[in-house]
Amino acid sequence: MQRPALEALQLKRLREIANFSIRTPFYKKRFAKVGINSGDDIKSLKDLKKIPFTTKDDLRQNFPRGLLAVDMDDVVRIHTSSGTTGVPTVIYYSRQDLDNWTDLLARSIIATGATKSDIFQNMMTYGLFTGGLGLHYGAEKVGMTVIPASAGNTKRQLLLMKDFGTTVVHVTPSYLLHIHSVLPESNLTVSDLSLRKAYIGAEPHSENVRLKLEDLWKIDAYNSYGLSEMNGPGVAFECIYKTGLHIWEDGYLVEIIDPETGEEVPQGQQGEVVFTNLIRAATPLLRYRTRDLAFLIPGTCECGRTHRRLSRIMGRTDDMMIINGVNVFPSQIEEVIMKIHEVGTNYLIQVEKDGAIDKLIVKVEIYSKMFMGDARQLDGLKGKIKDDLRASIVINPIVELHEPGFLPISEGKAKRVLDLRPKF
Amino acid sequence: MKITQISVFLENKKGRLYEVCSLLGKNNVNIYALTIAETESFGVLRIVVDKSDLAVKVLKQNNFVANITEVVAVEVADQPGGLAAILKILVNNDISVEYMYGFVEKFSDKAILVFRFEDTDKAQKVLIGNDIKIVTKKEIEDL
Repeated sequence: MQRPALEALQLKRLREIANFSIRTPFYKKRFAKVGINSGDDIKSLKDLKKIPFTTKDDLRQNFPRGLLAVDMDDVVRIHTSSGTTGVPTVIYYSRQDLDNWTDLLARSIIATGATKSDIFQNMMTYGLFTGGLGLHYGAEKVGMTVIPASAGNTKRQLLLMKDFGTTVVHVTPSYLLHIHSVLPESNLTVSDLSLRKAYIGAEPHSENVRLKLEDLWKIDAYNSYGLSEMNGPGVAFECIYKTGLHIWEDGYLVEIIDPETGEEVPQGQQGEVVFTNLIRAATPLLRYRTRDLAFLIPGTCECGRTHRRLSRIMGRTDDMMIINGVNVFPSQIEEVIMKIHEVGTNYLIQVEKDGAIDKLIVKVEIYSKMFMGDARQLDGLKGKIKDDLRASIVINPIVELHEPGFLPISEGKAKRVLDLRPKF
Repeated sequence: MKITQISVFLENKKGRLYEVCSLLGKNNVNIYALTIAETESFGVLRIVVDKSDLAVKVLKQNNFVANITEVVAVEVADQPGGLAAILKILVNNDISVEYMYGFVEKFSDKAILVFRFEDTDKAQKVLIGNDIKIVTKKEIEDL
């Protein structure tokens, strides 16, 4: 699609989405302030800039139904962060919304050169996380043979790959590295398997990690980008040329802004990625700040697609960590630790790489007055911290107990997170 | 009749045990018995000393995580079957031992066993009822 036609389509969809947005009190109020009372008041794509940004906080404050723009009877699915972060957010999808999303995933898969003849093993978690179900339906739409393996149970993953001749996987890069390390234990080599492609996403990774995966597995690895606020995966995906991720601009308007000023940065410059979802009526989100840092790659792609390309994600504007594909905020860890009486106020979160796997180490100081002189008490305490953290952040941490004064005392802004993973 | 045992939390760090012992030595505190309960990442040091109040004070002043625990010390003949005789009484009276350790008295033919019981009072009563000599705090200090 040529750019003028694409932009005309974008404007048409933006107007439609604006009409849905106005059904929510949140956007109705915001739009009225800038003189937009219906989609027709949006004359050109430039008018988008009148609308204020939407943030994660807006989603939280409007939980659970403040951003629902259709009748609940028309909602066919919910994806929610409820239960893991403590401050839940929710996205509703109508039947049409899911179809739109699925179309973009099918398109993403086709862009990588995969076809209905491929055997697709989906190693992303199924459930509230959008990564699993999203690609699942996209792959079915393409007509691939889908193995809904979900994440974990590496030996079974390998058995499935071997028994069914899996040719394409959807997986986090760290897990795909891990699976490779388990091959010898399973008496397998890469040549016993039929893998040709991997869709890697859900956590930032470097070009080196991609090259390593491609070399170890003798495959092509394609970067996949998405976030649940923009439906999930399939916001941007690499094509066979693997030179950046095509943003499906008929579905998502993209802006790259200076996170400080909110102004758009010059093309090619790094900034915070802002998306407007054009294809989801049930939960419209306009100018949503992702907090992901990236840039638009100038020039056109050899594949001929006019959808512009997004760089890989270079970082975050907040302190969110991604550990083995799971989003973790230090504040979640703090909340758990501070509820435990035996622990002092000082703590340190350390993230390391152990081979391919991220390791989360939580170091706490024990509070002298609570020490009863018993090793079992301390072992129990360690176990409790571990269990509470696992329940809150879904990751199994290593907990270390230390004497008071062991951890550096914070002067001014506390340095509580030590990320020792190699940078890219 | 109970005596004082000092527990010190030790994180897994080189030289930490030395620091405890050296501190006590400098303060003229004598260690009679010592045991360490260890896990993979930390240990708990348990000691019986002559001047327990002073020991706890200097440990805390030096930022050690230390605490006192009431334990029972009993005197037994330092000969084969000495410990078994005591344990038999405990078993017959259904008394559980959380942990124990022993040391030998220098100037006699007796050994001293240090017990941490689940139910200290009941244990003491049973031991006394069976004519077992329980060592007092004063006696420990004067060893």
